[in-house]
Amino acid sequence: MSSSGAGAAAVSNGPGGVARRAPTHDAERAAERAARARKLTARTLALGYLTLLLLAPVAMIFYRTFEHGLAPVWDSITAPNAQHAFWLTIEVVAIAVPLNTAFGIGMALLLERGRFRGKGLLGLLVDLPFAISPVVVGLSLVLVYGKTGWFGDWLTEQGFQIIFSVPGIVLATAVVSLPFVARETIPVLRELGTDSEQAAETLGASPWQTFWRVTLPGIRWGVVYGVVLTTARALGEFGAVSIVSGRIEGQTQTLPLYVQDRFENFDSTGAYTAAVVLALLAMGTLLAMNLLTRRTRRRIGA
Amino acid sequence: MAIEVRNVDKRFGDFVALDDVSITVGDGALTALLGPSGSGKSTLLRIIAGLEAADSGEVVIGDEDVTRAPARTRGVGFVFQHYAPFKHMTVHDNVAFGLSVRKRPKAEISARVKELLGLVRLDGLAERYPSQLSGGQLQRMALARALAVQPQVLLLDEPFGALDAQVRAELREWLRRLHSEIHVTTIFVTHDQEEAMEVAEQIVVMNEGRIEQAGSPRHLYESPSNEFVMSFIGPVNRLGDAFLRPHDIQILAESDGAGTEALVERVVHLGFEVRVELKLHDGRDIWAQVTREEAERLELREGQILTVRLPPPRVFTPQAA
Repeated sequence: MSSSGAGAAAVSNGPGGVARRAPTHDAERAAERAARARKLTARTLALGYLTLLLLAPVAMIFYRTFEHGLAPVWDSITAPNAQHAFWLTIEVVAIAVPLNTAFGIGMALLLERGRFRGKGLLGLLVDLPFAISPVVVGLSLVLVYGKTGWFGDWLTEQGFQIIFSVPGIVLATAVVSLPFVARETIPVLRELGTDSEQAAETLGASPWQTFWRVTLPGIRWGVVYGVVLTTARALGEFGAVSIVSGRIEGQTQTLPLYVQDRFENFDSTGAYTAAVVLALLAMGTLLAMNLLTRRTRRRIGA
Repeated sequence: MAIEVRNVDKRFGDFVALDDVSITVGDGALTALLGPSGSGKSTLLRIIAGLEAADSGEVVIGDEDVTRAPARTRGVGFVFQHYAPFKHMTVHDNVAFGLSVRKRPKAEISARVKELLGLVRLDGLAERYPSQLSGGQLQRMALARALAVQPQVLLLDEPFGALDAQVRAELREWLRRLHSEIHVTTIFVTHDQEEAMEVAEQIVVMNEGRIEQAGSPRHLYESPSNEFVMSFIGPVNRLGDAFLRPHDIQILAESDGAGTEALVERVVHLGFEVRVELKLHDGRDIWAQVTREEAERLELREGQILTVRLPPPRVFTPQAA
């Protein structure tokens, strides 16, 4: 690096239109090398951090699962309690995620487009499940809906059991995964603005048509991302569900609860297998979103 | 359809956007709402469209009082300043939108879209997405989309504001021609007096939420009713309370006894027109507009002292508030 940046600039601006000389090239090349080295260091650090925290443990689980071959894995998967836990988890996700999606989109519209008193408070409330520990969520649900809770007696009289049964699990799952769709949708909604909705209105679209044809397609990436996060959270929820479900084997045991149960009973293959299934479900969701987004985005060039 | 706005008021909090505004636009006319930003012109346009509700007053389109009608039933085509394209739809689907929400038959829709894309010269781009169009093309797509539902009234908010100068000039010319072809009552908003004068048959000058004056471009230029209109429409020199047009200032090669002495401070050549900045003998600055030939004949150069003859200045008596 024999020539400074200022010197190089003076050369290129010199009289007679002197072309850039070699020193400039050297300086540029050195700067490029430094930039590349910085990038490489940053990348290595990020990857190392992820490996230690995430990749290594997950890889370990996969390795331990298949350590003794496929036969024990197959046995673990087909065990009745494992099957039940799997389908219960799917059921809970299938109810809680659509509920939270509809609620999240509605909330996002309200918070972003509405003008009313107490909007800030409502926004805080939506975020509350992020702040509160899931165990506390579970306990508070028991306090309200349990046998000795506020509605407990009345609900039992009506023939509903919430706590220690599937509705309670759905409720707990819905609460802990509540904020995702709204939080992912609000910024996209803001970016979309109101112009295109107003354009639809002047073209004769009803509010309903405007929502389905203009607003929803406009915010779909935010919604999709929110749904993926909600699904991942709902699949893996442990703390809140652990309290409201009563962990009854073959009845109210979801997949994460089943993993812990197997682990505590020294059935490590059972625990690892269920854990792998759980991980695969979550990865599948992520992958599906990725493929979906990439394909459509390429098409519309957005 | 004729449009009539009667005594409309609109406030946003403490800000008075429109203060007792009334305008009449004849059937098939091409009208400009002209004013500086914050003058209320866009608000007025949005109230006519039904995108904003007036606090008081009435909006009548044709024979119908639409003051309380929602935008979607007013039969108004609106072109937004930033075009408001539906980004997830092709050009075809954008233009078809108004017909498709009305559940028209597919064949009718595609025939109409094809016709409109021809009209706005976007044929061949039907399958593109808005992200693949230039500003001028987006503008024309937005116009085709608004025209698809055969509106009684076409409203355009700063239609050329976001385009570069050359495309802007082309589109102005094109909008004029389009209007003479389809004859739909059209109102557009602009802050550019040249644009208003070039395109519109009638100009409504707005300032601070009020109408200053309405009339033909020529009428506004020749008989402005107040200072604001005089200084907003066309170039102007201000000498105290008096206003004079730069092209009314005569420059004489030799003193004739009746003129005033002036020093040439700067001569700016703008093609056909030459702008001469002068300092009068009493120290006041004015500028004159002369043709190139005149400038050559007078051999204008900086530092020269010559004689100018000022026209009888226009003085506006302050308006009663």
